[in-house]
Amino acid sequence: MVPDPLSRTGRGQAEAVAGTAPGGGDAAGIVIAPGERAADPWAEGRHPPAIGPWKLAARRLRRNYVAQAFLVLFLVIVVMCLLAPLYASDIAHIGPNANNITGTVNVGGTTRDVVSPSGVPIGPTFSSHYFFGADSNGRDLAVRLLYGGRTSLLIGSIATVIIIVFGTLAGLLTGYFRGVADMILRPLMELIWSFPVVILGVALGTALALGGIGPVKGNSVFIPAFIIGVVYIPYLGKPIRGEVLRLREQDFAEAARVQGMGPWRIMLSEILPNLTSVITVFVPMMLAYSILLEAYLSFLGAGVQAPNASWGTLISDGLSYIQTTPTFSLIPGAMLVLTVLSINVVGDGIRDALDPRAQVRVRT
Amino acid sequence: MARFVVRRAASAILLLFAISVVVFGIFEVIPSYNPARAIAGRNATPTTVAEVSHKFGFDKPVYVQYADTMKLVFTGQVIDYQDNLNVVSQFGQRFPVTVSLVVPAALLWLAGAVVLGSVSALRVGGLADRGLMVAAIVGVSIPVFLLAAVLLYAFAFKLPWFPNTGYTPFLSNPAQWAYHLFLPWVSIAVLSIGFYSRVLRSNLLDMVNEDFVRTARAKGLSQRQVFVRHVLRNSMMPIVTMFGLDFATLLGGAALVTETVFNLPGVGQYEAVAIGNLDVPPILVGAMFTAFFVVLFSAISDIVYALLDPRIRLTG
Repeated sequence: MVPDPLSRTGRGQAEAVAGTAPGGGDAAGIVIAPGERAADPWAEGRHPPAIGPWKLAARRLRRNYVAQAFLVLFLVIVVMCLLAPLYASDIAHIGPNANNITGTVNVGGTTRDVVSPSGVPIGPTFSSHYFFGADSNGRDLAVRLLYGGRTSLLIGSIATVIIIVFGTLAGLLTGYFRGVADMILRPLMELIWSFPVVILGVALGTALALGGIGPVKGNSVFIPAFIIGVVYIPYLGKPIRGEVLRLREQDFAEAARVQGMGPWRIMLSEILPNLTSVITVFVPMMLAYSILLEAYLSFLGAGVQAPNASWGTLISDGLSYIQTTPTFSLIPGAMLVLTVLSINVVGDGIRDALDPRAQVRVRT
Repeated sequence: MARFVVRRAASAILLLFAISVVVFGIFEVIPSYNPARAIAGRNATPTTVAEVSHKFGFDKPVYVQYADTMKLVFTGQVIDYQDNLNVVSQFGQRFPVTVSLVVPAALLWLAGAVVLGSVSALRVGGLADRGLMVAAIVGVSIPVFLLAAVLLYAFAFKLPWFPNTGYTPFLSNPAQWAYHLFLPWVSIAVLSIGFYSRVLRSNLLDMVNEDFVRTARAKGLSQRQVFVRHVLRNSMMPIVTMFGLDFATLLGGAALVTETVFNLPGVGQYEAVAIGNLDVPPILVGAMFTAFFVVLFSAISDIVYALLDPRIRLTG
């Protein structure tokens, strides 16, 4: 089954009133962007080389230098965060959660307190120890920044996996079976949908941080990941359901039914492959949203719990020193924004590449 | 229309009921959650905890507790566990602050989105269009609290143009009211303008090829009339739905982050504190408060839809 890149996705676009039929369109208003057509293969009397939609998308992505640059930026950030233990052990010589309130540090020949007697932590030293300064417990902020990045990225990735798996499943079930599945799952999704994401997430986060879930401890990073996953499931489930409702009425699904395939087999081998481009577009989007929501939850104290750090908790901790040392919150903030921004730019590039409308320019 | 109102009201009541049950239920299933211990204090003896538990009715079955709490909510007598304040009157006192924050911010972002979206759709690929693309993608990548913190640092501390916190009621001094709320308005509006204008832009571009636009041109309307009366009007529909939901949740307390950073005594700040303390009554009332606005504004946006597009009829 050929993946269908014709589907339109994204929160805004999914709701947009359909204009011209995707892909088709009236030739008068639409011009093919220059460079999309290869040299006319018919002239040589040969068949044009068949290009699958994925190959076409990859080709378009290769020409999108902005997206590639941001992909590199994202990978650099990921590698930096992955190398956090190396930085901690070989450069900073201090762990991410090691307190050092009474310690001193040598800055340019003078010895200074890491945390002053009045409780004010040292600012950025730009040397191997306390490169970005310390927090009120005397912990090295640069080390925590890298470890916090690991936490943020880990939570974002786990949440994204949860959203993709369960959102797709919910969309498939409600879209294909309608009836009973719709009656059970849709009100649930509507309920989550009609709640502000932040409030729902914070309520669940605070509640679960106390007791944990089963064997998972309350301060585990899996709890925010789980909560973010649950909260965003409808964001994928709803558009997937719409797509499935459309696909199940199409001829190929009908043909599969006539052949005697069962509903599960139709869903998995006929409809699911047609959803891959929608899902592909949602992966970076949900990753970006998840990392952002983690920051919101941590900012409100309902996300990552002490002593673990994430970019959200670091920004939040730094805010108390915004007047004197703004870098305490602005540096983790910059890391967060760069990460989310690069994911969004790459995601936009992928969407443009998969969306056939990216190939046409509407003449206005 | 009567049918529409009745059906919407019925579904609203159902949703409010469902949400109150879910919120109440969440706290019941948390194993280590014990409000009596929180109320009694850190060093309470087991006897005191038991007394408090009895006094607040935590030893009763769940459904009795639920019914009691809901009765208190609807008679306006429910108090929070933390400070023994009347929750309903707290919401009443704090709501004007949230309205002062959200309504001007929403008008700002809607107006900004319509102007910017139109400009960039009329000049595709132009400077404004490309600038908007960048602004929109940066806008969805910054958390509100970070933008608020940057604005605070830049325009309240570094350049002391604006006060850093505080709130002055509109009725006592409108100029001070606007002066204090300017940074919070900007921090809410800026992030939404990017996203909204980009959605509007893509709708506008979709709409240009529609038959009715060609007809409007053919019958001799000026470009401006075609754009405003036909293209823009039809492109506003998805915006109306998005706006209704966003506006409703912000009124209901989703502005809690902005209110927390700027220390505005609004509904959201109260909810944030309550959530942090696991104080069930304010959380419960807050959730229902939000859901009420969501339902109300989804009905209103359906009505606006019908006004914008005569083909749509209200069927509830």
